[in-house]
Amino acid sequence: MSETASFFEKAPGDTEVAARFADLHPAFEKTAAVTEANRCLYCFDAPCMGACPTHIDVPKFIKKIASGNLEGSARTILEANILGASCSRACPVEVLCEGSCVMHGYNKQPIQIGRLQRFAMDALHASGAPLPFAPGKDAGKKVALIGGGPASLACAAELRRRGVRAVIFDARPLPGGLNTYGIAEYKLPLKESLREIDMLAQLGVEFVFETMVDAKRLKEIEREYDAVFLGMGLGAIHKLGIAGEELDGVTNALDFIAGYKSGAIKGAPERVAVVGAGNTAIDAAIAAVRLGASEVTMVYRRGPEQMSAFGFEYEHAKQEGVRFLWHTPAERAFELGCGLVILAIGQATHTEFLSDGEVKLEHGRVVIDRATGQTTNSKYFAGGDCTNGGREVVDAVADGKRAGIGIAAWLGVDDANA
Amino acid sequence: MPTLKTTFAGIECLNPFWLASAPPTNCGEQIMRAFDAGWGGAVWKTIGEPITNVSSRYSSINWQGQRMMGLNNIELISDRPIETNLREIAEVKRRYPKHVVIASLMVESKRETWHKMVQRAEDAGADGLELNFGCPHGMSERGMGSAVGQVPEYCEQITGWVKEVAKTPVIVKLTPNISDIRLPARAAKRAGADALSAINTINSITGIDLDTLEPRPNVDGKSSHGGYCGPAVKPIALNMVQQVNSDYTDGTPLPMSGIGGVGTWQDAAEFILLGAGTVQVCTAAMHYGYRIVEDIGDGLLAWMCKKGYETLDDFRGLSLPNVREWKNLNLNFRVVAEIHADKCIGCQLCYTACWDGAHQCIHLDRASGGMEAKVAGTDPRYMHHEQNPHGMPTPAMVFAESVKKITTTPIPKLDGASALGVTPLERIPRVDVDECVGCNLCSLVCPVPECITMERVENGLPFQSWEERVAAGVAKEAALAGNPNL
Repeated sequence: MSETASFFEKAPGDTEVAARFADLHPAFEKTAAVTEANRCLYCFDAPCMGACPTHIDVPKFIKKIASGNLEGSARTILEANILGASCSRACPVEVLCEGSCVMHGYNKQPIQIGRLQRFAMDALHASGAPLPFAPGKDAGKKVALIGGGPASLACAAELRRRGVRAVIFDARPLPGGLNTYGIAEYKLPLKESLREIDMLAQLGVEFVFETMVDAKRLKEIEREYDAVFLGMGLGAIHKLGIAGEELDGVTNALDFIAGYKSGAIKGAPERVAVVGAGNTAIDAAIAAVRLGASEVTMVYRRGPEQMSAFGFEYEHAKQEGVRFLWHTPAERAFELGCGLVILAIGQATHTEFLSDGEVKLEHGRVVIDRATGQTTNSKYFAGGDCTNGGREVVDAVADGKRAGIGIAAWLGVDDANA
Repeated sequence: MPTLKTTFAGIECLNPFWLASAPPTNCGEQIMRAFDAGWGGAVWKTIGEPITNVSSRYSSINWQGQRMMGLNNIELISDRPIETNLREIAEVKRRYPKHVVIASLMVESKRETWHKMVQRAEDAGADGLELNFGCPHGMSERGMGSAVGQVPEYCEQITGWVKEVAKTPVIVKLTPNISDIRLPARAAKRAGADALSAINTINSITGIDLDTLEPRPNVDGKSSHGGYCGPAVKPIALNMVQQVNSDYTDGTPLPMSGIGGVGTWQDAAEFILLGAGTVQVCTAAMHYGYRIVEDIGDGLLAWMCKKGYETLDDFRGLSLPNVREWKNLNLNFRVVAEIHADKCIGCQLCYTACWDGAHQCIHLDRASGGMEAKVAGTDPRYMHHEQNPHGMPTPAMVFAESVKKITTTPIPKLDGASALGVTPLERIPRVDVDECVGCNLCSLVCPVPECITMERVENGLPFQSWEERVAAGVAKEAALAGNPNL
């Protein structure tokens, strides 16, 4: 039931499509990385580290780049964040590490932490070395993780380092959740997400694919496993509840993004409308441009002040030529004569399978103790989007890490293998 | 408008900037290009019986992305025939009569050989002679260079031989590879030298190749100690120049041509303030070419304008009286660090430097109200060796607390935008001024200009030096009372 062959090698995708999604932030060339690393002041108790939800010791890994100790640099990143490669590309660094860089207070450019982190992680991958951690001695315990996204992956890594079996159940044919299927290809290519998960598989994380866990299956799992981690993320994108949205030529942002990333969607029609103004909406709009649409319009019922997208994402969309229709009802999207309307008005929660009252929910979100990830049911832990309503990959990783440590502690297994 | 024109040991100089005897002064063609670029003089690459050099010859120290902070060489004196060098000296002097050409000389330690060499160099038209008693590698193994400079008697003897025949000024170039540079300086003076130049290069091994385990520069897998120069050696050179120029043991010190890490007008000004009459430059010209002399002159003139100096003599040696023996410094002078919160960017380098590298008197308690907390005792650190005597969190404790904090990516709509570049109060360190010893370290590590200043504490105490204190018998009392700060 578990598959261990390389996911990276099985990565689907279309090379022509991929060529349209070149890196938004290109990799550092070696001397440029060292020069940038030398700019870092090496702050004490650095604000960048504090701003990172996984608390990567940023000055430490940067100084190791400067000194040429790239293995140590990658290890420093991975100790705090097992998905350090994905996060280096996917993180909104402008509001995290780089946003808190003290250089801002000095009228100087912040250190390019994201690109430096990618440099260290790329070097590790290029070396072909495995993760610098070994699985712990078999603790005789097993944990089921529902959903194969970043929260579960980070949780599983902590469990494996403590010798606990970690079995991830995922509805899709490949692991990674939104990390694999949901992040703009010019930030994090699908295959790069899989490359990183290959390394987790080497650590002994097990996967069960194309398995939708329902209430009945959850009960079975609860009986078979010593603990359960809920990392299923959110559910489908909300429906508008208006006429026309069931027609052909209407899709939702997640399906659209997953479609082009996996090579199923190879182009976009001339005119595309996107309903919504969050980060996912912008990812979809820019993707439509890259896929060949000549006129992409974002339709949002409120103004730019209320949109949930980050400012830098908004600027990026404008640079790509995306038009914005503010204070415009969603219905208008269907009147623009578009060949494709993409809905991106937020995701619903996906907690129906917990209808038996296993854990306490609030507004559909799983309630947890932030420090340990434990839910109101001591055998259940949770983290990521299903607990926070949808934040970033790095938030899910931080949740998963805390929960992994929390589960191991609850199972009486403590020491992590280096 | 001030002037850079000067006279050094009787030699008229268009400006005080000379190229030191080294690869940039290897031949006439180079030196003429250097004069075109603005150099006032050149000390010819040392002339003597031609040698054979090795390959490779140079190695350097890079520092945090900057190349050649220090340069090391194992090249010997000129590898060109003596007559070629002399013929070119004559040609340079014919075409550049107002520029200074000094012949650097090094021959075997025989009176007749030196006599002959001196006469030939002067016949070629050299404005002066520099005796190379400093080259620390290769030549020293053959009884020349620093082998002479390190023994005051040899230094005196050879200088004496040269002075027997020399008609032009004789400059003796000193080696820094000696415990007291004043001894060969005095020896040269006794023998009648007209001037000194210092420093020559410093014995060094710049590094080891960690793949091959072979030192640099690599000569068929082996290396030899070389001579170190460049920006890294300037502080050592300034100290030695000051030592010689403040030495009145045998009367007024000789004119000094300052050498060692000069690359900017500030460097030149510092050497002159410590009494140098001219400065010699090598590494900076090897790094960036002759063109660097333009700003050395331009910048120095601008500074002289600002300070109201008309000539180099107006400020030559003005800093010498400010260098004293430690025992004559004012023990009652006190400064403490002040962190200007409006400039602080919150890097906390001052905090970690003070805790690990100084006196544990910078704290991170502005936001937690620790400013009001009284610190018990005056200075218990030296007597009790208690851990964390202030009751303040150590850097390790601060760090451990930080990584426990749970943070999330802010969503602008939900969490509001954070203000870029505004330093939170809790990140601005505080100086405990009662404990601050005024060591300067925090102000040295702070990356922001003027953010940490050292402010004088008026304590109403008169000047008192250690020497005076010992004479007054106070030190003994203080020692008995066990208070090192008295």
